[in-house]
Amino acid sequence: MRLELLKALNAARAERRAAVLVTDLDGGEARLVTEATLAGDPLEEPIRAALRSGRSGVVEGTRTFLTVQVPPAKMVVIGAVHISQALVPMARMLGYDPVIVDPRTAFATPERFPDVTLLAEWPDEALPKLKVDRFTAFIALTHDPKIDDPALLHAFERSCFYIGALGSRKTHAKRVERLTGKGASPEAVARIKAPIGLAIGAISPAEIAVSILAEVTQAWRQGIA
Amino acid sequence: MISTDDDILTTAEAWAKAGKGVAVATVVETWGSAPRPIGSHLVIDEGGTFLGSVSGGCVEGEVVTEALDVIGSGKAKLLEFGVADETAWRAGLSCGGRIAVYVEKVG
Repeated sequence: MRLELLKALNAARAERRAAVLVTDLDGGEARLVTEATLAGDPLEEPIRAALRSGRSGVVEGTRTFLTVQVPPAKMVVIGAVHISQALVPMARMLGYDPVIVDPRTAFATPERFPDVTLLAEWPDEALPKLKVDRFTAFIALTHDPKIDDPALLHAFERSCFYIGALGSRKTHAKRVERLTGKGASPEAVARIKAPIGLAIGAISPAEIAVSILAEVTQAWRQGIA
Repeated sequence: MISTDDDILTTAEAWAKAGKGVAVATVVETWGSAPRPIGSHLVIDEGGTFLGSVSGGCVEGEVVTEALDVIGSGKAKLLEFGVADETAWRAGLSCGGRIAVYVEKVG
């Protein structure tokens, strides 16, 4: 492997970009495929599949090995609410390290969220610091347009792989109107998963957290590439 | 969550930039119960210093020896370790699995 390739692979990881190192196990020259160069690649299909699964491996029927590098997913939760309390430990089991943003200091307390990164700030202030990107699951749970709306606009801008917002169909219809009024494109607004979570009849905060995390997992595993 | 070998490959780059001969070993295939997943890396410098793991300690010694050879020759090698392999018994892949490790020089 040329040093340039190793540098490029490490740079992609540092910048949270997906990349696949294609190695010929018979000793041929290796190459790096990024999302920018993926379209039209002779191995486009197997590389896409590898990016979706996040697993390195030999391309079936060949002597070519794919080293898959997908940035670890981040999770941002807007709202230090009851559902968030249930969601944080579950998200951790799935390998996420959730960050919670809620300007309401009565909600965002360390007593309610021990050992969690908690930003008691408005989204406009907190979110730029979090470097939200495509590999971020974005979950809006406050029910409060003053908090959720600017947060969702930020999530659109950063093309998060998952954007979900709590609220009934009726609440969501109003949200769609507001966000469109603030200049969000119909395509962006349509990306919001609402009502949030897979439809499993969840009632308790913990059950709702399960349905949200199942939907996040689906988006991550089935949609990332 | 998925990228786990951050420091390992970064270290390999730093070693190579410092002018050392460096090899990267990667688990490319596993059969049965293998201790480290496909894609795991071990990086080795010309002095035999290494970082990372391809088997959780069972065959690292053999891989390092082969890596020094790869650094010397510049020619990549595909190594196999497993229960059917005399070397692996000696190296002790105790889990009973088999692994293939690709070792290549950086640069």
